[in-house]
Amino acid sequence: MTAAEFRAGFGFFQQRPDWVYLDNAATSHKPDAVIEAISQFYRCHNANVHRSGHQIADEATTLFEQARSTVLQFLGAGAEHQLIWTSGATEALNLLAAGLTDSFLQAGDRVLLTVLEHHANIVPWQFYAERRGIILDVVPLDAVYRLDLNAYQQLLAKGPKIVSFCHASNGLGHVNPVRDMVKLAKAAGALTIVDGSQGVTMGPPDVKGLGCDFYLFSGHKLYGPTGIGALCGKLEALDLLQPLRYGGEMIKQVSFRGTTLNDLPYRLEAGTPHIAGAIGIAAAINFLQQFEPQNLAAHKQQLLQQLWLGCKAINGIRLLSQVQDNCGIISLVLPGEHPSDLATLLNQYQIAVRAGTHCAMPLFADLQLPGAVRFSIAPYNTADEIKRTLVALASAVEMFA
Amino acid sequence: MTELQQQFIANHSALYHDVCQSRDWQYKYRLLMLAGKALPALPEHLKREELRISGCESAAWLVHQRDGELHYWAFDSDARIIKGVVVALLSQLNGHSRQVLLTVDPKILYQQLGLQQGLSPSRANGVQAVLTTISQHLSNAST
Repeated sequence: MTAAEFRAGFGFFQQRPDWVYLDNAATSHKPDAVIEAISQFYRCHNANVHRSGHQIADEATTLFEQARSTVLQFLGAGAEHQLIWTSGATEALNLLAAGLTDSFLQAGDRVLLTVLEHHANIVPWQFYAERRGIILDVVPLDAVYRLDLNAYQQLLAKGPKIVSFCHASNGLGHVNPVRDMVKLAKAAGALTIVDGSQGVTMGPPDVKGLGCDFYLFSGHKLYGPTGIGALCGKLEALDLLQPLRYGGEMIKQVSFRGTTLNDLPYRLEAGTPHIAGAIGIAAAINFLQQFEPQNLAAHKQQLLQQLWLGCKAINGIRLLSQVQDNCGIISLVLPGEHPSDLATLLNQYQIAVRAGTHCAMPLFADLQLPGAVRFSIAPYNTADEIKRTLVALASAVEMFA
Repeated sequence: MTELQQQFIANHSALYHDVCQSRDWQYKYRLLMLAGKALPALPEHLKREELRISGCESAAWLVHQRDGELHYWAFDSDARIIKGVVVALLSQLNGHSRQVLLTVDPKILYQQLGLQQGLSPSRANGVQAVLTTISQHLSNAST
């Protein structure tokens, strides 16, 4: 199946033919198959999961647990892995920071992050860990805005107990050498967390091969609904986590004298879960798996190359992103101009992009820029859309003269 | 200390009307961006935290000044379009008494520029924040 057939699966493009949507790193569109699966669940199988004894509840539970298996299989998990549903990557990272601070970290321990991180992989560590006396170290960038791997090794030598970094940067698109970074972190004795929010859009991530202890992502960037995401972890690593929330579903036995917690994964999933959301993610993955990941990736890379070369040919633009080892993002600036101005003009041309610091303020502070204009590509974008974007971009840039 | 800016804003009263009347978005934005680029900067010592407008995507500062009964504002930002928009608005507000200014609805003044389709909600909020701060200055002033 081709990239054109992939695009045909998304009703949005028939509904809004005037727009070019290049804000996929913020959220992707949802194929009709996902919208239909969610409606179908509510229309035909709606019941709460894991409790009531009736047949409809069994159907809901089966769909919900099948969704868990679908995501685990897509991620390339093995028997040593389990999947915890979360509301998204942000909740997964909060669960990790909160859940490891009490049980695994002690004052004086170190956590290693990188300057590329989204706020969701910074702020929870500050609020849960740093205020308990845990030290945060940050891997800096090299001259071409990729992680400085020499500095990474030097910081690993300080013996962090946790290393947490993104699969790909949401501000620049640059993909990190996850496999090597995990190997080095393991050798240094650290627990490893990979934020797959952007990386998961490149194709099945093969978590077993990556070797990390935790891999997490948001469903809405992978053609699924908002409000659902997942934390995939090795069982022995998940066992370290204290729950972020307590309540129903996650317990075995409750009395006013004390409570026994349930087993994994339910121990970490308090309350009625986002059942329709889980079914929605599974539908997105089933839709995605009709297509060869290599075909979609090759098409996306072609568009990225087209956009990058086109931007390079426009006088006045400074590109921040490199085109190789990139998950589909081009960030750029007009030196001396605020990125919001360029995005405002592109909006007039009905090109949807994002301007600002992309929830990565430390990255842009490091680059000494007020932000950037970010173009993020998905496989449903077309060469014609990129062409139209480049024409609009050239006219917009001219307006600054 | 903002004389240069006051003179600039006073000289740009036609900008407001030109932007309001044009149906061509490129022309509107070109006018605003030229004005935004040419606006004399605020002196660095006025870019103080308490003069900063929150709610803008870009950094922005608004200074309120009086000359007897007449009110003036000076503005700076690191983004060009918002500077142009605020110059256009201030060209209609600066140099008037509180009594006159209270008869002006700043929201309508902004709406007539015809930019609502163009400014993203977060940017339009920035303009709103400037207008709200101006209204606060007026309600805090006795004359």
